[in-house]
Amino acid sequence: MTPPPAPAVARTVRPPGPLVIEIEGVTKLYKMGSETIHALLGVALKIHRNEYLAIMGPSGSGKSTLMNMLGCLDTPTAGRYEFNGKHVAAMSDDELAEIRNKEIGFVFQTFNLLPRSTALANVELPLIYAGYAAHERRARAIEALENVGLGNRMHHKPNELSGGQRQRVAIARALVNRPSIILADEPTGNLDSRTGVEIMELFEQLYDQGNTMIVVTHEEDIARHARRIVRLRDGLIESDRPAGD
Amino acid sequence: MQRILYEISESFRIAFAQIRANKMRSVLTALGVIIGIVAVTLMGTAINGIDRGFQNSLAMLGDDVLYVQKWPWGPVEDWWNYQNRPIIRPEQADRLNQIIEDTPGSLLEVAAPVAGRGASVKAGANQINGVTVFGTTGNYARMMSADFKDGRLFNDAEAAGGRQVCVLGFDVAEALFPAVSPLDQTVLIRGQPFTVIGVLAKQGSFLGLFSFDSQVIMPLNAYRKYFGLSTNSAQLRVKVRDKNRMDEAKEELIGAMRRVRGQLPGERDNFSINQQQAFREQLEPVKSGIALAGLFITGLSLFVGAIGIMNITFVSVKERTKEIGTRKALGARRRTILLQFLIEAVSICLIGGAVGLSLTFGLCLLLQATMPSLPVVFSFNLVIVSMIVAVATGIVSGFAPAWGASRLDPVVALRYE
Ligand SMILES: Nc1ncnc2c1ncn2[C@@H]1O[C@H](COP(=O)(O)OP(=O)(O)O)[C@@H](O)[C@H]1O
Ligand SMILES: [Mg+2]
Repeated sequence: MTPPPAPAVARTVRPPGPLVIEIEGVTKLYKMGSETIHALLGVALKIHRNEYLAIMGPSGSGKSTLMNMLGCLDTPTAGRYEFNGKHVAAMSDDELAEIRNKEIGFVFQTFNLLPRSTALANVELPLIYAGYAAHERRARAIEALENVGLGNRMHHKPNELSGGQRQRVAIARALVNRPSIILADEPTGNLDSRTGVEIMELFEQLYDQGNTMIVVTHEEDIARHARRIVRLRDGLIESDRPAGD
Repeated sequence: MQRILYEISESFRIAFAQIRANKMRSVLTALGVIIGIVAVTLMGTAINGIDRGFQNSLAMLGDDVLYVQKWPWGPVEDWWNYQNRPIIRPEQADRLNQIIEDTPGSLLEVAAPVAGRGASVKAGANQINGVTVFGTTGNYARMMSADFKDGRLFNDAEAAGGRQVCVLGFDVAEALFPAVSPLDQTVLIRGQPFTVIGVLAKQGSFLGLFSFDSQVIMPLNAYRKYFGLSTNSAQLRVKVRDKNRMDEAKEELIGAMRRVRGQLPGERDNFSINQQQAFREQLEPVKSGIALAGLFITGLSLFVGAIGIMNITFVSVKERTKEIGTRKALGARRRTILLQFLIEAVSICLIGGAVGLSLTFGLCLLLQATMPSLPVVFSFNLVIVSMIVAVATGIVSGFAPAWGASRLDPVVALRYE
């Protein structure tokens, strides 16, 4: 891949692949004592492979709730969710764990690395849960770390790494099992703007390598990197259109 | 299958990293388990020791010998019924042997009378007090449970002739003849010279009550001469041919003894037949009672240790709630999380168990060296059992917190700060 001269224009747009995610009428209620909070109010969304999607909206609009739903961490109060054509509601706990392990790569705002494990051990973790043998885990974790530019920091622990490097480790960890989609919730929220830009450049590169990306953010600058922007407000989809429109 | 092995090895890695990261807390928690394991295993060695002493003591009675006595072994309520029984006389052994001989296919082999008294025994300047002196016949050799260290028992001819010969118990021989072989030496009993013709091997004490090594055996006729038999009840020991048919043999012996003692039909037996089995039945509940009470009391300290483990595992789960959420997001199943925290609890218990067991082993060596009379026996079984106990403690005490961790909602866990 050759880097594009100006990131905002001349970006690759890969043709959409098969349908990965389909939700319809998804509602999520939280009961807080006598009060009921409607985090999501009947959301419908289709996401295909090869998409680069940004979910935007003000704080409290339901972005993280939707994200957890898409990532099979949470189940909707009502509505239908199909992942790769399978009903998520019908899945057992173990099947959900399996999907999170093999099909979804999470990137968190707070990195969520295991503090006492090296970068390499952190990246190996999903491979342990997937049942790979030690030598294979190691080889794939090294490859993933090199891919995010951390080949020389493999044996460092999180507290020996900068914020940007920590997030790169987390991204390597999300990628290492070659998931169908990458889900990133405010991935630059805890980073300074310069490092944030670097991470978004890395996302661009990952997209070009063939990954399907979903990024949650409330910053327009970050959302601009995506090819499609879904805007949420008060638990409803306000708009859903290609970026730049 | 592969996968669960990786998860287990990963769990052990995490557990040890966790223990290393929280050294002080792990040491304190393990201390509770160590104390518990030391208490339980020390009690175990004591129970082992008591049991071994018990078995040894019973073996001294012989498992193929019936004892004809005035009193039964074990407590009686209507003691007056026994008090008035005519005493057992040594001559009754001869009558009994006659009947045994005349009975074709008898289950009994031979009977020997045994009478005993306390006395002191002297040899030169050495004297030993509180020795039990037994008088018996040559037949006694056929039912003795003790081995001879040296020499032999007197034979029938020597016994009948009332020869002044004797056999010394191990301790008596040691005390009187520390430097020379006792054989053919002379000892003084009641002022009378007896020639030593045998020395018994060491037997130990009977249930810690009296020593079988502090005895002297002499021919009954000599005993009669110097100790008398008129007021004192003797006992008859009867060897049985087949120890698998003890009950039938006992029935036969009862019939024979009734004839010997001229009892009328319908009359109650005026003697008791005792045997090792009866003793065992008397003592077995006492022994298991002691064992149960001891294990219960020491088990309480292990229980306290287990509560410590449970507590620390709850703390560990709480501290790492966010980590649990992350692991679940990365594909950890409930089982994985459950295993992780169970193995953490078990690891501390295993370390505590190993340290505790080593301490117990050291303490046992120390006790055996300083107080050899204490019944402590350290066995390989004890190692296995206490390691199983340690693992079980870890599983039982770690289960509730680990189960809670495994059921955590991933979203709730991820949000936890
Ligand atoms: N576990 C929860 N319990 C109660 N209310 C919640 C919970 N999670 C989210 N909410 C509420 O749901 C709404 C949407 O939250 P969230 O999806 O986190 O918004 P965003 O990520 O867009 O800031 C908010 O009003 C929030 O307070
Ligand atoms: Mg959010």
